[in-house]
Amino acid sequence: MAHETHTHVRSQTEYEYIRRQRSKEMRGQLTSFAIMIFLTLIAFTAVAADFSPYLITPIILLLAAVQVVLQLYGFMHMSNKGHGMVAFFMFSGMFVAFITILALVTIVWW
Amino acid sequence: MDLNKKYTPQSWPDHPETATMEGKNKFIGFWLLLAAETVTFASLFATYLALKDKGPSGMEFAASNLFELPLVFAMTMILLTSSLTSVYAMYHMKNHNFKAMQAWLGITVLLGATFLGLEIYEFNHYVHLGFGYTHSAFSAAFYTLVGTHGAHVLFGLCWFIALMVRNSKRGLNMYNAPKFYLVSLYWHFIDVVWVFIFTVVYLMGVIG
Repeated sequence: MAHETHTHVRSQTEYEYIRRQRSKEMRGQLTSFAIMIFLTLIAFTAVAADFSPYLITPIILLLAAVQVVLQLYGFMHMSNKGHGMVAFFMFSGMFVAFITILALVTIVWW
Repeated sequence: MDLNKKYTPQSWPDHPETATMEGKNKFIGFWLLLAAETVTFASLFATYLALKDKGPSGMEFAASNLFELPLVFAMTMILLTSSLTSVYAMYHMKNHNFKAMQAWLGITVLLGATFLGLEIYEFNHYVHLGFGYTHSAFSAAFYTLVGTHGAHVLFGLCWFIALMVRNSKRGLNMYNAPKFYLVSLYWHFIDVVWVFIFTVVYLMGVIG
């Protein structure tokens, strides 16, 4: 059956170990979240502060990229093992995304 | 084997979302969908960037005098927080704590609904100003990009609610664990897209 799985009942020690590992991982997620909030604040503040667009645009794009990496590798667990094919899919998608955006912004004019 | 087989926190697998063949297939197939969605949104972003501030000559609306950052900031914080609450839901899913997972999913749905409400308010506000879908190439590209994201939020909310209601009496098992995991992945992906929307559309729009 497609839902078949091997059942392993953990010993008390194993169980406590995995619970500890998970709460440690959760603390890491909270740290990622704090960084994401911080990056968002920097981006909005930089724009509100009215610096030159040529300075701010690359900075906020970089902040967005960092935030997306935190989402993908932290919240979406792409850093865990067993995500090789996932990374292949996503990077292929990003590559096509990059080409699409590059093509349209350079080819379309008004 | 019975799909409704009962588990305890001690017998619950480390990675319940990929413990079965069905779960593995769902997992890989869903990530392929997310990669395809990346391309979908890229084409909408590309269209928006190409047509930003473009339209009939003498049009009064431009990104730099239309968008209001406080509302966008609130929406960003709400969606980002809802991403964290769905991480909490998955934390409890992995600990086989069904009630706590449902509670965190409920909070996620409330935050998502608030986000959607603010987006509807924003669109309604723009339309009343005279910035409708057919106003210009700019408005059409803007509404299509941000509206497609909003439609994803709506779909995500319906998905969350459907899973929560359908499985409310069932508890966590090998049948529904992958489903809960995928909806949370979908929700994070929606947040990923929003990060680019608030940066490229709103922040880069305001600085001109």
